[in-house]
Amino acid sequence: MFSSCGGEESITADEATADTQAPVIEEPSDDNKLVTLEADEEVPAGPQSIVSLSPTATEMLFAIGAGSQVVAVDNYSYYPKEAPVIEDLSAWSPNIEAIAEFEPDLVVLSDAGVQEELESLGIEVLVLPAVTNLDGVYEQIAELGVATANVDGAGVLVASMRAEISLIIDNIVTPEKPLTYFHELDDTLYSITSGTFIGQIYEMVGLSNIADPADADGSAYGYPQLTQEFILESDPDLIFFVDASCCGQSVEIIGERPGWDVLKAVRNGTVIEMNADIASRWGPRLVQFLQSLSDAVALVPAG
Amino acid sequence: MQPDKSHTALANYERLRLTWLLGGVVSVLAVAAISLSLGPANISVNSIIFEIIDRFPLLEANSNLSEIHSNIVWEVRLPRVILGGLVGATLALSGATYQAVFRNPLADPYLLGAAAGAGLGATLALVNRWGDGSGAGDAVPLLAFCGALLAVAITYFMGLTGDSSRSPASLLLAGVAVASFLTAIQTFILQQNADTIRQVYTWILGRLNTASWGEVWLLLPYALGTSCVILLNRRILDVMRLGDAEAASLGIRPDRTRKIMVVAASLATAAAVAVSGLISFVGIIVPHTIRLLFGSSNRIVLPLSMLFGASFMIAVDLLGRTVVSPSEIPIGVITSFCGAPFFIFVLRSSRRSI
Repeated sequence: MFSSCGGEESITADEATADTQAPVIEEPSDDNKLVTLEADEEVPAGPQSIVSLSPTATEMLFAIGAGSQVVAVDNYSYYPKEAPVIEDLSAWSPNIEAIAEFEPDLVVLSDAGVQEELESLGIEVLVLPAVTNLDGVYEQIAELGVATANVDGAGVLVASMRAEISLIIDNIVTPEKPLTYFHELDDTLYSITSGTFIGQIYEMVGLSNIADPADADGSAYGYPQLTQEFILESDPDLIFFVDASCCGQSVEIIGERPGWDVLKAVRNGTVIEMNADIASRWGPRLVQFLQSLSDAVALVPAG
Repeated sequence: MQPDKSHTALANYERLRLTWLLGGVVSVLAVAAISLSLGPANISVNSIIFEIIDRFPLLEANSNLSEIHSNIVWEVRLPRVILGGLVGATLALSGATYQAVFRNPLADPYLLGAAAGAGLGATLALVNRWGDGSGAGDAVPLLAFCGALLAVAITYFMGLTGDSSRSPASLLLAGVAVASFLTAIQTFILQQNADTIRQVYTWILGRLNTASWGEVWLLLPYALGTSCVILLNRRILDVMRLGDAEAASLGIRPDRTRKIMVVAASLATAAAVAVSGLISFVGIIVPHTIRLLFGSSNRIVLPLSMLFGASFMIAVDLLGRTVVSPSEIPIGVITSFCGAPFFIFVLRSSRRSI
């Protein structure tokens, strides 16, 4: 089994002499542990064995500085790479016993499926479901900050995200007539509308979504499947695809699809691969996503 | 018309009338023409005709279409209509064939595990990301095709070894067992790879959305070859409706015929499934509708199932891509949604028996 505070301390052990004023909250069981507790400027408070079953929450936890408090994350939480991925830990079909085995003092979920069962075992549970807008992201980061006693880290992260995002948006030069885009989820041409979270991110940089009329009544919950003919007819300025990893798509393969060779985006080289994980999560890496959008817009020829 | 006439299995008076055959051909052409002229892009019928004529060798016609519209007609609509027709014809003919050789009205093309096998093959390809989405030659259709054939082969040998008398019933039961076994494996694999669930689900519901000439060329040889084999045996299939013993006494080898028919129908089904996913219900309702409307001799049912299966599928696909245009409804949903009420209507209003 994993010892609850092994491993992560080794980095800070060298700084042991820097500060001896920090109060010791744990009985030292061996010298190393004592040293590390003193080494941190901030005394670890809050939960010390967090289990995250949400890839987004995992990214947030590490970005606010709660990474050392995380003992296990689900099999899709492979970012950042320090995250302690447990291959058998599934967020899709969570196993209560497998979670309980880590003796967590906080479990972060993205849906409330096993919340009650975990709580009945006396485990603290935080449910952070998919958000609908950027404010939701900031709120969840702040919530995680409170729950993990990393309020400062969370504040810093939110402030820097806000600053970077507004900088990116200020620097985007968008033409008078909004550029159109097609966001490809998979090779059967599922897409998103502007009503989805990621669709709103596109909207923030002034892009117009060709898929919006395909789900005007919201019956597809913002994820319509487009007809191939409609995509050709719409001839979007930009094609963003996130199905490289799921479906082996590439700029070349998309350009070679029958009939697609005459599309503006294919001819102009504005078929752009996006990171599927970033586009399907709502984490701190949205800044990178916006930066790629900004870079992509710059590629579109004027006129 | 007396209701009990069609109970006579060898009904000599049940002939395939030329008018029915012509009606079938006309229905295919009419539905195809309508389907070609409708879509999110507003393209005039004249331009479509000129565009298609222009693409034939030695023919010149100026459609004045933009490059994109020209591609929509030639690379999107036409292959989709043709593929839909081929898939519909293939599935309906395979269904009719299975119903004939097993003397079972509930038989459909997926009876011997083809759907489960194809589903497992496609799931494996999708989960392991073997495909590059390059269309017809991709790993997904290939594994679906192999999976379907493998499943039918397993069913066939299981069904044979269990019972020396080789009764069709043991074959059907083996099919049920093999299908649930393969579905269990597929579900397990899917559960372990939750991120591919939507892709697999999309595949299972059937797709003509990304139809291209590649898929047409892949399916065409199987569709042509197997339908020739099946249609050439239509009279023997009529004799087999009497029962194995009676057929044998008339000089037919029921086991051999059944084997040939099963291989042909399964090949056709596997090829159709590979290019279009699992489109349900066509293989059952089309042949039965033909039986109810025109008569139950295989000389009628087999060719008419092909023709009306083709027009049914093209029509259903037209609905799928236009009703909620510009988005799609999965074709498997519409085949059942439109097919089931229509079939019940025919079932209740016809005086013939199945």
